[in-house]
Amino acid sequence: MKKLINRQPGRVATWALGLLPFALLLVVYLLASDARLEANPNDKLLPAFSAMGDAIQRMAFEPSKRSGEYLLWADTLASLTRLAIGVGISALMGLVFGIVTGTLPYARAGLSPLITGLSLVPPMAILPILFILFGLGELAKVMLIIIGITPFLIRDLQQRAREIPAEQVIKMQTLGANTWQIILRLVWPQIMPRLISAVRLSLGSAWLFLIAAEAIAATEGLGYRIFLVRRYLSMDVILPYVLWITLLAFAIDFLLARYSRWRYPWFHGSH
Amino acid sequence: MTRLLTTVCTTALLALTLAAPVQAQARDSFKVCWSIYVGWLPWDYGAAEGIVDKWADKYDIDIEVVQINDYIESINQYTAGQFDGCTMTNMDALTIPAAGGVDSTALIVGDFSNGNDGIVLKDADNLEAIKGRRVNLVELSVSHYLLARALDSVGLSERDITVVNTADADLVSAFNTSDVTALATWNPLLGTIKESPEANLVFDSSSIPGEIIDLMVVNTDTLKANPALGKALTGAWYEIMGHLDDSGFRQHLANVAATDLDGLRMQLDATRLFDQAEEAVAFTNSPALKDTMQKVAEFSFDHGLLGEGAPDAGFVGVATPAGVYGNSGNIKLRFDPTYMTMAAEGEL
Repeated sequence: MKKLINRQPGRVATWALGLLPFALLLVVYLLASDARLEANPNDKLLPAFSAMGDAIQRMAFEPSKRSGEYLLWADTLASLTRLAIGVGISALMGLVFGIVTGTLPYARAGLSPLITGLSLVPPMAILPILFILFGLGELAKVMLIIIGITPFLIRDLQQRAREIPAEQVIKMQTLGANTWQIILRLVWPQIMPRLISAVRLSLGSAWLFLIAAEAIAATEGLGYRIFLVRRYLSMDVILPYVLWITLLAFAIDFLLARYSRWRYPWFHGSH
Repeated sequence: MTRLLTTVCTTALLALTLAAPVQAQARDSFKVCWSIYVGWLPWDYGAAEGIVDKWADKYDIDIEVVQINDYIESINQYTAGQFDGCTMTNMDALTIPAAGGVDSTALIVGDFSNGNDGIVLKDADNLEAIKGRRVNLVELSVSHYLLARALDSVGLSERDITVVNTADADLVSAFNTSDVTALATWNPLLGTIKESPEANLVFDSSSIPGEIIDLMVVNTDTLKANPALGKALTGAWYEIMGHLDDSGFRQHLANVAATDLDGLRMQLDATRLFDQAEEAVAFTNSPALKDTMQKVAEFSFDHGLLGEGAPDAGFVGVATPAGVYGNSGNIKLRFDPTYMTMAAEGEL
């Protein structure tokens, strides 16, 4: 008999095993929900799927009675805008500072300790200071994302820039390239796919900071809605919103991965 | 296989503590929760000094008094069935447990806010100036209700302003930013904010006395099956109230609320505490309570707090001694002076 570590599940078995935990969770939820709804048909804690369906219908496809907006889409647009601006600026700063500190020893000596220090400050701990500096508007929300993920991006890209083989740098110099040309023609193209992979890794934190910022002060957004309806225990809205956020996060990650494979196939080892 | 699956699921269910709602049956052990607010601080004194235990022993039961740091979380825990009783305001009692189908009884009407909730503006000392501003507050809370009532009093409506939902923990630091020019909140936050030189209190709950009521709410089925719980809690409460002027009592409350005796006095002054059971009974029996609950229900309905299935403000019935407001076939919140009357007549 084959040893366990040598036994491979087939294609069907892989799928079935992958789906099994989801199915089990679903069954457990359904049983628990039914048990609670039987005791109290108005129970809000574990709503039936039909109740969640109604909530989705109401939030996504019917204009709100108060503002006339389609709440889910308005919230999604607001949140994605904040996320895109925050992550976009962070990625740009990460790219610039990462390349500069990664390639120029003088810049590294001057900036690296500061960036390392900043990256160790927990952004949530300095929230009250951020409020006073940036107010409670859109700026504060975007700034929280930027402060939260930029130091990580810079440090990661600095490391990646330093990992570029010295042979390549020397070769370019023997061919007569100056510093600017080395950065533009050698470092930058090699850093780009690594930037995308660093951004993918930091997206989880970016969502965290976005939702935290929206929970604190906002008039719309996915995090705002969740923390608002939490006040009256509307799990029928909260659970679909959580699934929706998960789906959005997955889609963004998937698109970035696809873009990276299409644009930088050499990085992924396929030619 | 089916059997195995069932066993696995059942085990998982048991592991999910939230899966088992509190069953209404005769028991001898109960849990009630409270959160930090001047009108509920006395519960901590009662628990610390053994007054609650003493009354529980008298009726042969156990009562555990648990402090929850987050007010809304405490109500959610009660609604989910983790506690038999919890402190909350009349509005939250209607919109969270009652609207969530948990039949709840206001066992003790402890006090009403008489200045503990207020609206503060910068650069203006009249309420009309709020028009067009962004108002920071905890959306859908009693502050929001207070704001709606305040706007009403000067002929404005919520359309004239923008409500910005702001976490209560961050309101004080928010007020120091230039973005924030108007906010509504409650004590002790209100007291801290009022100390700022640019703060002008333009409206407070003393203008709508008796509308923001602080209650000890218990699960109706549990109370019916266990009258001893109602008797013990009510008895303990009015014994605690007897210590209201003791310096030890005040010092204890001030310590728990992380303030000093002056700060505590300021909060108590803004609270109409019913330290005599007779007063609470009279307040509960008055027809004004029914009118108040109507206003609260209409506000809640307008803001979607009664659930999307609610066709009108009276969807969740509220029983008061003066009569039922709303749907008498769906009464989920009951103001019941029975136990307070027993306390007033010395029958506990």
